[in-house]
Amino acid sequence: MISVRNVSMSFGSLKVLRGVSLEVAAGESVAICGTNGAGKSTLIQCLTGVHAYEGSIAIGGFDVRRDGKRARRLIGYVPQELAFRDDMRVDEVVRFYAALRGDRAVDVAAVLGPVALRDHAQARARVLSGGMKQRLALAIALLGNAPILVLDELSASLDIEGREAFLHLLVGLRGEGRTVVFASHRPEEIAILAERALWIVDGKFQSAPAPRGVVTATNKENRDVLIPATA
Amino acid sequence: MSSSPLRPESALANTWTIARRELRDALRSRWFALNTAAFVLLGVGVSFLSASAGGGGGLSGFGRTTAGLVNLVTLVVPLMALTAGAGSVAGERERGMLAFLLSQPVSRVEVIAGKWLGLALALAASIFLGFGLCAAIVATRANADGAGALVALAMLSLFLALGMLGIGLLISVLSRRTSVATGLAVFCWLLLAFATDLGLMAGTLTWKLSIQTILAACLANPLQVFKIWSLDAAGIPLDVLGPVGQYTMDRLPNALPWIAAASLTLWAIVPGASAALLFARKPAA
Repeated sequence: MISVRNVSMSFGSLKVLRGVSLEVAAGESVAICGTNGAGKSTLIQCLTGVHAYEGSIAIGGFDVRRDGKRARRLIGYVPQELAFRDDMRVDEVVRFYAALRGDRAVDVAAVLGPVALRDHAQARARVLSGGMKQRLALAIALLGNAPILVLDELSASLDIEGREAFLHLLVGLRGEGRTVVFASHRPEEIAILAERALWIVDGKFQSAPAPRGVVTATNKENRDVLIPATA
Repeated sequence: MSSSPLRPESALANTWTIARRELRDALRSRWFALNTAAFVLLGVGVSFLSASAGGGGGLSGFGRTTAGLVNLVTLVVPLMALTAGAGSVAGERERGMLAFLLSQPVSRVEVIAGKWLGLALALAASIFLGFGLCAAIVATRANADGAGALVALAMLSLFLALGMLGIGLLISVLSRRTSVATGLAVFCWLLLAFATDLGLMAGTLTWKLSIQTILAACLANPLQVFKIWSLDAAGIPLDVLGPVGQYTMDRLPNALPWIAAASLTLWAIVPGASAALLFARKPAA
């Protein structure tokens, strides 16, 4: 579903990604883990075509550089920094992004229902809390039934309660057969959501060892995941 | 996962979706209300001053109001359009919204074209509403003859605004921060509105520039082109502009509208197209 081959990316003279390769199968849930500045977000943004890169990335068989629109229609993206135009109402935000995905008759209530924002459809974006914005971004990511969810630091702006609810929502979406790729440095998120975790250090994937405080264990689905050592 | 993702929208549909958002946001903003109000107030003020200068009271007719408005438009419209364009891309980039927009099934050219179109429509709305209200007030209080001159000035103002909007967008694409983009836009406005005039004056005195050179330099500046063309279109003799105006009247009486149209068309297309090309190659975040 996602094929990343020998991707390198630099910001000026700073090399952020150094020949990264990754294959993600349909329906798989993969965590891109690493410390701040390791290159997680940059890799995620290369998948969405935001950054220019060397190497090749294909989404659902579509090359991100050459056929970006077709590749991105398969992706629902939840960014780390959540910003919507302050004066836009929630329903206007949904309609705008739905129109870009070809759905001009979107049922706003049906889109906002699963992320518990139906009652806030008329609210301006500026009054939404961080958690609400995160859920709105997820609602937008799910527009058009995108089969791939890409999330950057998925619960960065949430409190503990909000994070649990958000993760519960994502586990449900993974269960529907969506492919999920997310960047995170929180072991508990990785343990709950990921079937496979890849560690990125200095712009390169490293197979082992996991960072201190995290061990590999087998989850209920008999897959190796990383969990906090204290769990 | 019951249904497949919807097909990507056409370039025109995406451009129009983005343009509508830009237009709606601009119409809701204080920027739009303030600019439109400024047009009306300044237009009526210019009409009042024109009448006073002519020895009368109240408001003067359309002809004199138009002549008085040319200088005002030459300053106000470029500033409006430059700052509107300069804030568009840099502002979204700075707040992280651009990366989110570009992660949607939309191309970079569609994004920049949509922004240009939406802001162009907002500028058109502001200019025509401002001129329209000004015209309505003048028509009720003074001689209504010569309204065509005001309509022509409004059209040329929009033409000028489109060129300045393209320059503003180009600045915005090249700037990482809104403050830098706005600063550059204001600098560009000062350069076009004042520095070229002063530079030509200094150059003429220092290097004894020929009249042809001065005219060529004027025709390369969209603000000067607008001023010359607007006065010509309003039937005002160009000798009010000095020797360059006199030379233009003598040597280019029929060619002037074509030269001016070509110059403003280039200014309306080249900076905007350059912004789109650069944006298509530049990382967003």
